Amino acid sequence: MRKHIILGLLLGILLGLTIWMTSLGSVGIFKMAPPMKVLSATVRHLQIVGAAELLAITIGIPIGFLSTRRACRFISPVLIGTANVGQTVPTLAFIGIAGAVLGMGYKAAVIALLVYAMLPIIRNTYAGIRSVDPAVKEAARGMGMSMLQVTVKVEMRLAMPIILAGIRTSMVVNVGTAAIAGMIGSGGLGELIVTGIAVRVTQLILQGAAPTAALAIILDALIGGVETWVTPRGLKALKSAQWQQ
Amino acid sequence: MIKLEHVTKIYPDGTEAVKKFSLEIKKGEFCILLGPSGCGKTTSMKMINRLVTMTSGKIYIDQVDVMRLDPNELRRGIGYAIQNIGLFPHLTVEENIATVPMLKKWPKTRQRARAEELLELVGMNPKIFLERYPSELSGGQQQRVGVARCLGADPPILLMDEPFGAIDPITRGKLQDEFLKIQSKIKKTIAFVTHDINEAIKMGDKIALMQEGKLVQFNDPATLLNSPKNEFVRNFVGADRVLKGLRLYRARDIMQDPPLKVKVGDNPAKVRNRMKRNMLKWSMLVDGQNHFLGWITYADLEKAKSLREIMVPPAVTTAPETLLNEAMSMMFNSAIGNLAVIDDQEHLLGVLTFDIIRNILGKENSGNQKRFGGSKQ
Repeated sequence: MRKHIILGLLLGILLGLTIWMTSLGSVGIFKMAPPMKVLSATVRHLQIVGAAELLAITIGIPIGFLSTRRACRFISPVLIGTANVGQTVPTLAFIGIAGAVLGMGYKAAVIALLVYAMLPIIRNTYAGIRSVDPAVKEAARGMGMSMLQVTVKVEMRLAMPIILAGIRTSMVVNVGTAAIAGMIGSGGLGELIVTGIAVRVTQLILQGAAPTAALAIILDALIGGVETWVTPRGLKALKSAQWQQ
Repeated sequence: MIKLEHVTKIYPDGTEAVKKFSLEIKKGEFCILLGPSGCGKTTSMKMINRLVTMTSGKIYIDQVDVMRLDPNELRRGIGYAIQNIGLFPHLTVEENIATVPMLKKWPKTRQRARAEELLELVGMNPKIFLERYPSELSGGQQQRVGVARCLGADPPILLMDEPFGAIDPITRGKLQDEFLKIQSKIKKTIAFVTHDINEAIKMGDKIALMQEGKLVQFNDPATLLNSPKNEFVRNFVGADRVLKGLRLYRARDIMQDPPLKVKVGDNPAKVRNRMKRNMLKWSMLVDGQNHFLGWITYADLEKAKSLREIMVPPAVTTAPETLLNEAMSMMFNSAIGNLAVIDDQEHLLGVLTFDIIRNILGKENSGNQKRFGGSKQ
């Protein structure tokens, strides 16, 4: 409960800051972005994050799932290793490379974000599926569930909370990364920040940074909610039982 | 009926887990696959429902070759319970039990009715437990649900892989007793894997003892204990195999009528004479309604005025259902070395003495291998 209040307060401050900065109109000779511009930049920002995230999910979950299969066991250490190491490459370097190779703009940003967002999803899908108790799978097979039924009704279902946690991480990171992508001309809230940095006007930077932070908080809470919703009741009981020990 | 014919399993890495294994489990028979770890007992069992694919040989269920059936359909027709239970943590007890009915697309109401019925069968209150999740149950309760689940769609055959393995000895004993009781009602054909000789003796109609993928001896428990085929069997059943044989009997199977039953009002002198004539050291005292009161010893009778004053009250008595190994350890606690068998209204039914037990065990060893009927329930 207290966590919700703090988050709400923080969100209020960030949104208030955004409105305040926008209402300044201009600082010295520099004009602040008009309200409509902030709004369209936010939409653009969401577009980049959303497109990258959607692609990351559709590619990441199958890759993570397949790397748990026996037939793919030989490449799974490489895949999971790459996913782990890839996470340590600085976002700035990543976006720089993407911009240089694919040319500036929206497409390069989405692709850079997609690769980056895929990593936690692959990793968590792999970990989630691997964490399913082999006895549960054996019982499912032994009672006559088909391979597909075991995958959908047992493995994916039980791994879902962990997979969603991966999506949540990648989504939040992506909101920040998308801001940096402003440097390669992708548009979005990053553009406001980059402009602000270039002319050294704090108010201008804040006008882009505050809504970016607010966006991250909102998306995090949203997926967090979905996570609780899809976590099977039996697993919640399990979790609370573990906590009590 | 399950029939395995020269079944062999060779794993891709070359290990020969099961070698030309043949076995026939008759309808309604409780067959134990027994052996040390790695002897191929679990592999053999899993080949029956094709969780493990056999390399060569044939397995028939009611004359049908299992390889000709769809594996999923085959498995839905066979109950399956394992040591680690493998309950679905995200499903309620009801949904867990109704797994196979659900796969067979039974109507919802029938699934629920079946889950209720089975939960009651394993001794759990459906009102309390149907909606619970596995994580909210104790280990013993989870095992019970596991057993209920393998009976889900009422399959004629059950495959059980140490289903009572992962629980404490007291709960295990209780579950074993209860499962025997259930089996006496439902009469399934069962292949039951265990490495515990005591469990095997207690539960099985037949025991198939395996070693390194081969069948060593296939007999009923008494024969396995009394005439081990070779050194391996002798070692496996243990040096105390004769004592283990005690578990095969219950008090009611071997108790005898008291050599002399005397009533409270009888004249001590007359009783003394009768005992002298029959050369008895003790007799048993009952009241008019055949309630057991205590022991009368010959030595005490000499100066006794009434039987009641010299009576030795029993330190322990036993019920007719008691297993003989338990009854025998009670006898060591009894002052007189004998044990009165009484029913729950304390009526005297019979008596157990060391002589009777020695006779029984001696007979078993001298080749009379008749199993006493109904010693299992």
